Amino acid sequence: MKTVMSEEDIKRTSRRMAHEILERNSEPFLLLGIPTRGVSLAQFIQQNLDEIAPGNSELGQLDIGLFRDDLDTRPAKAISETVIPGNVDGRLVVLVDDVLFSGRTIRAALDALSSFGRPAEVQLAVLVDRGHRQLPIRADYVGKNIPTSLTEKVQVKTMDIDGENSVVIE
Amino acid sequence: MRHLLSTAQLERDETIELLDQAAEISRLNEESSRKFPTLQGKTVFTLFFENSTRTRISFELAAKRLSADVINFAAEASAINKGENLKDTAQTLEALGADALIMRHPKGGAAYSMANNDWTTASVINAGDGMNQHPTQALLDALSLRQGFDIPDGKGLDKKRVLIIGDIVHSRVARSNIDLLAKLGAEVIVAGPGSFAPESGYANLDEALEVKPDAVMMLRVQKERMNQPLIPSDREYANLWGLSERRAKSIPDALILHPGPMNRGLEISSYAAESEKSMVLKQVKNGLAVRMAVLSSVLGGKNATV
Repeated sequence: MKTVMSEEDIKRTSRRMAHEILERNSEPFLLLGIPTRGVSLAQFIQQNLDEIAPGNSELGQLDIGLFRDDLDTRPAKAISETVIPGNVDGRLVVLVDDVLFSGRTIRAALDALSSFGRPAEVQLAVLVDRGHRQLPIRADYVGKNIPTSLTEKVQVKTMDIDGENSVVIE
Repeated sequence: MRHLLSTAQLERDETIELLDQAAEISRLNEESSRKFPTLQGKTVFTLFFENSTRTRISFELAAKRLSADVINFAAEASAINKGENLKDTAQTLEALGADALIMRHPKGGAAYSMANNDWTTASVINAGDGMNQHPTQALLDALSLRQGFDIPDGKGLDKKRVLIIGDIVHSRVARSNIDLLAKLGAEVIVAGPGSFAPESGYANLDEALEVKPDAVMMLRVQKERMNQPLIPSDREYANLWGLSERRAKSIPDALILHPGPMNRGLEISSYAAESEKSMVLKQVKNGLAVRMAVLSSVLGGKNATV
């Protein structure tokens, strides 16, 4: 097990990502974390946004449990809460997840999102991009690119769930 | 979980997990009637060898909300009446590519036979078998109780006192609930006419209500048993065992549950059925959510290689 990002790294990176999101978007937007750890990361980014540009963004979360396409091969996962302040119609939505891998979670998230309405634009922010995409999906904001082999496991740990903030590779 | 045949197969943790999922789904259902793609490409059959329109449409809608293809095998009008046995029915549906069979049968153990005989690879969900079990009913009752008591997700029904009233002995609803609610930590008490209740239960409803239950669960009087030696008359049953206005008022804080369809004026008065504490419509809503959770749970990970 190797630690590739420390708590300090995650702090700095989420601050940078908040700046990047603001730099690219002049209009207010909706930040939606994908459970479980995408939600914690969305909170980190939101805290920074609140300091840099208060009132410019709203925070929510989008569960994708019922939208996955791999029910056959993986047991049904617990369904988490979906919280969308207001609605998504005509708004700019920034999805936040911990690790971008095959891209299937994001595909499911796009389906879930479109079932709620029609956003004006959807962007994607991830803490770690580990490669090995199986779908034509890319992130607009990447905390860190970590090239991996398929046998490795990348794990993002967050304080609220794991008791520490770090990224490790096994 | 490959099949759902009985509440006996559910551990407390697993039950709470299922309830949590169903609670989340019920919140989504409150927002809109939209569909989820979860069971796209799956074929679900409902096989009702005994009529039950409500349970069947609840399951049917649950499967449709999850985008499964749902086919009603109208058992009464089908080959069963021409003499086909359960095995042949199972193999026919297997050949048609059934992924799940939702089954109601007048004989106890029918769902178990369907699931455990190598007749089919489909997941079997017991929608009521004889006097034996009706697990999704118990789950939806448990969820309704948890919501009615304002108990948060992740928790059971610890220390809540639930009084089940009516034909305890012949009721699969009672049997499933007694087992499941006890596992969730509730104290379950029963009351019913001597011919219908175990000796450990109360044989007088007014006495039973004095235990101050947190919830009462009325069972439907099965009309087919009426006017037989076990119950002499409607009026006598209503007087002795009905949740009348007076009785409902004597337990003003208790939740009132009924699995439906209600026989108003018999086991439950209109006052009780429509009181603030009545959970009847909540139970119907939760039935849909619980069945959606159960379907995605039994069909999840079926072809997992790991």
